[in-house]
Amino acid sequence: MAQKNRLPDGGRIDRTKPVRFQFNGKRYDGFSGDTLAAALLANGVSLVGRSFKYHRPRGIMTAGSEEPNALVQLGTGARTEPNIRATQAELFDGLSADSQNCWPSVGFDIGAINSVMSKYLPAGFYYKTFMWPASLWMTYEHVIRNAAGLGKGPTESDPDRYAQHHTACDVLIVGGGPSGLAAALAAGRSGARTILVDEQSEFGGWLLTDDTEIDGMAPTDWVANTVKELAGLDNVTLLPRTTVSAYFDHNFLTAAQRVTDHLGPQENTKTPRQRFWKIRAKQVVLAQGSLERPIVFADNDRPGVMLAGALRTYINRYGVLPGREIVVFTNNDSAYRTAIDAKNAGAVVHLVDLRPDPDNPVVHQARQAGIQIHEGSAVVGIKGAKSIHGVEIAPLSEDGKSLAGPTFVVSASLVAMSSGWNPSVHLFSQSRGKLRFDDALTTFVPDHTPQKTRSAGACNGTFTLAGCLAEGMEAGAAAAKDAGFDSAIAGPSHVVKEDAPGSMRQVWTVPTVHPLGKGTRKHFLDHQNDVTAADVHLAAREGYLSVEHLKRYTTTGMGTDQGKTSNVNALAIMSEIRSASIPEVGTTTFRPPYTPTTYGAMAGQGVQELFEQYRGTAMHDWHVNNGAVFEDVGDWKRARYYPKPGEDMDEAVRRECKQARETVGIMDASTLGKIDIQGPDAAKLLNMVYTNAWSALKPGRARYGLMLNEHGMVFDDGVTTCIGENHYHMTTTTGGAARVLNWLEEWLQTEWPDMEVYCTSVTEEWAVATLSGPKAREVMEAVAPKMALDPQTFPFMAMQEGEVAGLPARVFRISFTGDLSYEINVPARYGMALWEALMEAGRPHGIVPYGTETMHVLRAEKGFIIVGQDSDGTVTPYDLDMDWIVSKKKDDFLGKRSLTRTDTARPGRKQLVGLLTEDPNFVLPEGAHLVKEVKPKPPMDTIGHVTSSYFSPNAGRSIALALVKDGLNLKGSSFQVPLMSGHVETVTITDTIFFDKEGERARG
Amino acid sequence: MSKYSIFSLIRNAGSYHENWQRAWRSPDPQPEYEVVIIGGGGHGLATAYYLAKECGIRRVAVIEKGWLGGGNTGRNTTIVRSNYLLDESAGIYEHSVKLWEGLSQELNFNVMFSQRGLLHLAHNVHDMQEIGRRGNAIWLNGIDSEFLTPEQVKEMVPLMNINGRYPVLGALLQRRGGTARHDAVAWGYARAADALGVDIIQNCEVTGFDIKNGVVQGVRTTRGDIKAKRVGVVTAGHSTVMADMAGFRMPLESLPLQAMVSEPIKPCIDTVIMSNAVHVYVSQSDKGELVVGAGTDAYISYAQRGGFDMMEHIMGPLVELFPFTSRLRMLRQWGGIVDVTVDRSPILSKTPVEGLYFNCGWGTGGFKCTPGSGHVFAHSIANGEMHPIAAPFSIDRFNTGALIDEAAAAAVAH
Ligand SMILES: Cc1cc2nc3c(=O)[nH]c(=O)nc-3n(C[C@H](O)[C@H](O)[C@H](O)COP(=O)(O)OP(=O)(O)OC[C@H]3O[C@@H](n4cnc5c(N)ncnc54)[C@H](O)[C@@H]3O)c2cc1C
Repeated sequence: MAQKNRLPDGGRIDRTKPVRFQFNGKRYDGFSGDTLAAALLANGVSLVGRSFKYHRPRGIMTAGSEEPNALVQLGTGARTEPNIRATQAELFDGLSADSQNCWPSVGFDIGAINSVMSKYLPAGFYYKTFMWPASLWMTYEHVIRNAAGLGKGPTESDPDRYAQHHTACDVLIVGGGPSGLAAALAAGRSGARTILVDEQSEFGGWLLTDDTEIDGMAPTDWVANTVKELAGLDNVTLLPRTTVSAYFDHNFLTAAQRVTDHLGPQENTKTPRQRFWKIRAKQVVLAQGSLERPIVFADNDRPGVMLAGALRTYINRYGVLPGREIVVFTNNDSAYRTAIDAKNAGAVVHLVDLRPDPDNPVVHQARQAGIQIHEGSAVVGIKGAKSIHGVEIAPLSEDGKSLAGPTFVVSASLVAMSSGWNPSVHLFSQSRGKLRFDDALTTFVPDHTPQKTRSAGACNGTFTLAGCLAEGMEAGAAAAKDAGFDSAIAGPSHVVKEDAPGSMRQVWTVPTVHPLGKGTRKHFLDHQNDVTAADVHLAAREGYLSVEHLKRYTTTGMGTDQGKTSNVNALAIMSEIRSASIPEVGTTTFRPPYTPTTYGAMAGQGVQELFEQYRGTAMHDWHVNNGAVFEDVGDWKRARYYPKPGEDMDEAVRRECKQARETVGIMDASTLGKIDIQGPDAAKLLNMVYTNAWSALKPGRARYGLMLNEHGMVFDDGVTTCIGENHYHMTTTTGGAARVLNWLEEWLQTEWPDMEVYCTSVTEEWAVATLSGPKAREVMEAVAPKMALDPQTFPFMAMQEGEVAGLPARVFRISFTGDLSYEINVPARYGMALWEALMEAGRPHGIVPYGTETMHVLRAEKGFIIVGQDSDGTVTPYDLDMDWIVSKKKDDFLGKRSLTRTDTARPGRKQLVGLLTEDPNFVLPEGAHLVKEVKPKPPMDTIGHVTSSYFSPNAGRSIALALVKDGLNLKGSSFQVPLMSGHVETVTITDTIFFDKEGERARG
Repeated sequence: MSKYSIFSLIRNAGSYHENWQRAWRSPDPQPEYEVVIIGGGGHGLATAYYLAKECGIRRVAVIEKGWLGGGNTGRNTTIVRSNYLLDESAGIYEHSVKLWEGLSQELNFNVMFSQRGLLHLAHNVHDMQEIGRRGNAIWLNGIDSEFLTPEQVKEMVPLMNINGRYPVLGALLQRRGGTARHDAVAWGYARAADALGVDIIQNCEVTGFDIKNGVVQGVRTTRGDIKAKRVGVVTAGHSTVMADMAGFRMPLESLPLQAMVSEPIKPCIDTVIMSNAVHVYVSQSDKGELVVGAGTDAYISYAQRGGFDMMEHIMGPLVELFPFTSRLRMLRQWGGIVDVTVDRSPILSKTPVEGLYFNCGWGTGGFKCTPGSGHVFAHSIANGEMHPIAAPFSIDRFNTGALIDEAAAAAVAH
C-alpha cells in the first residue's frame, strides 16, 4: 500500500512533487520535503537497522540529528556514505538507501545471535576474555573487527568537490528556531553583520511542529514573515542546512553547509557538495534549542518507540501518522500535545503518565479529547521484537522503584516517550563554558563562559515560547550592541498565549516485572551502542564510577550520536547508584564536532592537485620538455636526471657526471633558499648565527658558513655574500629555507630585538643557473662579454653584478662540484631566457644539463657534505672534521657554549669519513651499518652508518661517506658492513675527498 | 583478585553479573607509604604494579588528581612499536614491546594488544635514506624490520593512494608493531596492582612536597599529607609544575597534541600507517573508527584542546593518502598535553632531591612504552640506582650534551 501512514492533508511537504526512492532494494514513494525517515514512516517501514553490539532490530527514534538508531548506508559506488541518519537525509528522486550492520538482511540478521548471547556479553566483557590461548587473540580480534563497525566506507575516490569559506561577522546566531529568529531580527535590524545558521532545511525549529500562535499568527506564518524580513536585509546571511560543528577559542566557529546533498548526486561537480565555513564572530548567540530525553524502560528500543516530540513533528511537519494505536509515555506536560495531535490525526491514544496527579490545562484538554490517561503508571514492557504489537502498563509505587499493581496490555504499534528536555549545551560547553545543574528542570544549563557568547531560549533552559522569543530578542540586541551597534534594541515583545509548564516526575529507571538485569527485558540507555541500565550498575559495581570511566567502560555516549539522548540518563542512573547528586557524578566533556563532519569538507579545496601544490622553478617547463625525471625536495619538484632514450638512472647519471667534469654542465639551482639581509647590524647577526667570522667580508666577496642549533649541532649551511654596505645575500639548503628564516626571526624577535636588521625571503625572486666544468668560463665569455671573467678580477668566492645574456644578473663564483663554477642569478621572470641562452652558448662546448643526482655524486667526489644527509642534527662541525670553520676568536655564536659540554667535546664521537668498498663496483646502500664484528645474526654492535654512497664515474669506482665512531682516528682500518640480504661487504676508512684532492679545479 | 576468563563470564551470567568484584578498591590514603607514585596514568600504574610484583615493595600508593588514565593514557592513538633508530631508544622500547607481548595474560585483563604491523612510508629520496638507516639499525639491534616496495605496500593496504602528490617510494615495516586498547592498559595495571596491595587513590591532587635537607619526606595532597621516603613523579604534561614544587626545573615544554576518530565503519585498514612527508598517521580501531593524528600544535599550553588549523592540516594529507576517506566523517576530536624534551626522548631520572624520581618527557610517543617504562622505573626506585635501560635517559644529558636525539635523525634539511 502506498504511503499508508500519510495523512490526507497537512504538513510542510510538497504533495505536488512526488519523489521515488529505494530502501533495501524496494521502491517507495514520498514527497519533496520529506526526510528519508519521514518517508519510511509514511510507507509503514519501521524496522530500519540493527544495533552495534547485539544487532537488535531498530527503528526511528527521533526526527533530528540526535538519532541513534536509524543509520543507513546512503547511495552506492564512489558516492556511498555510511552511517547517514535517516532523520536528516532529505529525500530526492532516485535516493537509494540500505540498512547496515546486518547480514543477510535487516529482517533476518545472523549477527542477532549476539542478542541471544547477550547475557554473556555485558559491558566490557571483552576485557575479561579472549586471552586464552594468547596466540589466538589475532584470530579473535579478526572476528571482533568484522562484527564491529557500522556501515561500509567507499572504496573509490570521491567524485565530488568541496569548498572552504572564510568569513567574519558581528553576530553569529546558531539555531533558527524562535529564539534564534528573534535574535536575528534584533541583530539584523541594528545593521550588524549577522549570520543565522540552522542545521535543518528550513528555519523555524520547533515552530514547524508546534501550533502555538504568535501575535495571532500561525507559527509557520510568523516564521515566513520573519525569514522574509531577514532575507531583505543586506547585512544578514541566512545559512540553512548548515551545522555549526565546533566552537574554538576567540569566537572562532566552524560550520558545515550541505549545498547539494538534498539534491542527490550532481552531474556538474563545479558546485561543491558541501561548503565548510570558518567564522570569526565578534559575538555569538547560541540558540540551538533542546533535545528530548528518552525514558529508560524495559524494551524501550523496539522499532516503534520514538520520542514524543519527534512523533509530533512527523504528524505536523510531514503529515505522517506512523501508527494508528499509540501509547504516549511521559513524565511531563509537553507530550500531552503530541497525544492530542495524534488523536486529532485519527489515532487511538493512551497516555501513560508517571505523575500520580497531573493537573494542568493541557491534561484536561487531553481528557476532553477522549484520551485515556493512566496516571502514576508506567510502560513496563513491550510485546513484539521487530515491531510493536502491544504495550504493557502497570501502576508504579510511590518511590517509583517497583510496580504497585498488576500489568495490563493495551494494543498499540507505537510508543512515544518523553522524560523532559535537555538544553543543547554542546557548543556552549565547547566554548569552555561551565554548566550548572538545574534541579527543577533536572538537567544541565549554561552557567558562564569566558567567550563572548550568550545562550537564549531552550538551550538556556527556557521552555516557554514567549520566553524564547523574548530571550532571543534580548540576546540578539545585546550582542549587536556589544559588537558596536549602539542603536540595537530588542524589538516589541510578542503576544503568545500558552500555559506555564507543569511539574515533572523523574523515574530514571522505570521498573518492570523482574528486577533490573534479571530477565530478558533490557532498559536501553545508549541505543546505538547497546548500553543498558544494567550495564551502568555493572560498571558501578566494578568501580568504574567516574563519568569518564563509565563512558569508556560501557561505551555509553561513544556512538555516532555522541550520546545526545543518553548522557543525562546515564549520569542520573549512576547518581542514584552512588546516592550522589548528578553534578557530583560529573558532566562529560562535549567534544567537537556537534555532529559528524565530512572529512572532504574540512579539507576543502586542498586536495588532489591543490594538495601542497608543487613548486617549480622558472625553468621547470624546460626540464619537462627535455625529459627530466623529477624528485620531490620539500615541496619543490627538482630535475633529478635527464635520461636519453634508453638510459636508466645509473647510465644517465654516469654520463652527466663525466661530461660535467670534462666539458661543462648546467644545473638549475633556483630552489636553494635565499635570504636578503640588510641593516646596520647585518654583520653582527651573521657573526651570531654562523660559526665563523663575518666582519671582514668585503662587498663582492662570499663565504661559506655553518649554522648550529643551541646544542652545537649543525643544522644548515650555505654561502653568504656581501652585496654592499650592510647588505648580504644568504643561501640555505633547499629544504631548510623556511626553517632558517624562522630561526633568524626567532632570535631577532625574542632575544635580540635591539638589532637593526631585516631578513626577507627572496628564494622565489631569483632564478639560478649553475655552470660548472672546465669550459664554464668559455660559455660565460660568450654570454657575458662585458664582464671581467679572468681569475684575478673575478676570483673564486667572489660575486659581481652585470649583464648575462642581456639580462641583469648577479654572478657568484662559488662551487658545489669542485669545478670552476658560476652561479648566475637573474630575476625569476628571466630564468627561462637565461637558461636557453646558456644552453645555446654552451652547445659548441658540449654543455650537458645535469640534475640533483649528478650534483650529489659530484659533490661527494669532493667530500662536500649535504646537511641532513651526511649530518643529522647530532653532528658538530668537529665531527665533520671542519674545525677550521669554528672561530676561536669570536666571543659568542649560537651553539658555541654547547660545543664545550662534556659529551659534545668528547673524543670518539661519530665522525664523517670516506669509505671505499673492497669491490670497487659495489655501491653500498645508504643507511647500511658498519659493525665491530659480523655475527651469524643480529644483534651486532654497530660503529657507524653510510650517509652517502654512489658510483663515481670520475673516480672510476664506488665511493661513500659515513659517520663512524672515532672515524677520524681509524683511517686505513677495515670494517664490515652486513646487509639484510646476507651480503657482507668489507670497507676501508679513508678521507672524504675522492677527486682532485688538491682542489685546484675550482680555483682555476 | 578473582580471575577473568570465559568461564568466569559464564558463571557470572548465571548470577546476573551481580557478583563481580570491584576492579580496584578505593581506599583512603594512609599516613605513610614506602613509595608514593604521583600520577595515575599508565606509566604510574605500571610502576606501582612492578614495584609490588617484582620488587617486593607493596606499601605503595598511586595518587591521581582526577580519574585513572584521564591524562594522555586515555587520549592517545595507541600506536605501539619499537622501531627506533638509536640504541638507547631501541633498548627501552623493545623491552616494552616484549612486555606487551604477554601483557593481557600477565595482568589477566585483555589489553587488546594487536600486532597487526606498522608501516612508515617513504615519499622521497630523503625519506628512503632515513628508513634505510633506521631499518638497518633496528635490524642490527635484533628487532624485526623489513623494507617494502610500493607494490608490497599497496598489497597490504589496497585503499592507499601510492601515486599521489608525494608517491610512495617504499616503506619500513615492523610486523610486531600495532595498537592496544588504552583504557584497558590503565585499568588492567590498576586492577593487578590493587590485588597486590597497592593503594590507588583517585581524586587526590599532589600540591607540594615535604623536603628536608634535600631529601624527600613525603607529599602534600588535597587529602592530607602522606609520608614516603621515595616518591616517583609520573605526571606527563604537568611534570614541569611538579618540578617547580620540588624547587628545580625540568627541561620540558608542554604542547597540545590532537587526535580524532571517524565514525565506525567495517574494516578497511588493517595496518598502522605513518607518513612524515604527507604528515598524517592512521589506524583503524577494533570498533571500526579510523584513528587519525599528526603533529603537535605550535603553541605551549596546558589546555587539553587544540586549534582548528592542526585538524585542517590533517585532513588534506588524510584524503591525499586515502582518497576514500573524503566521504567519511569525523566523529570526535580531542587533545592532550604532551611533555616534550629537546631531544624527543623521555626522562627517567634521579633529581637534585634525594629519593625523588621523575619519569616524564614521553611527549607524543609514550603509550607504547607504558610497560617498559613502568618496569625499569620500578626497579630504579627499588634499588636506588637507575636500571641500565633507563640510565641513558637521565636529566644529566641536558648538561653533558649526551642527547638521545631521535627527532634530529628524521627531521632535517635535504
Ligand atoms: C593525542 C595524543 C596521541 C598520542 N598518540 C600516541 C601513540 O600513538 N603512541 C604512543 O606511544 N604514545 C602516544 N601519545 C603519548 C602518550 O599518550 C603518553 O606519552 C603516555 O600516555 C603518557 O603516559 P603517562 O602515564 O606518563 O601520563 P598520563 O597518562 O598523562 O598520566 C599523568 C597523570 O598524572 C596526573 N597528575 C598530574 N598532576 C598531578 C598532581 N599534581 N597530582 C596527582 N596527579 C597528577 C594526571 O591527572 C594524569 O592522570 C599520544 C598522546 C596524545 C595526547
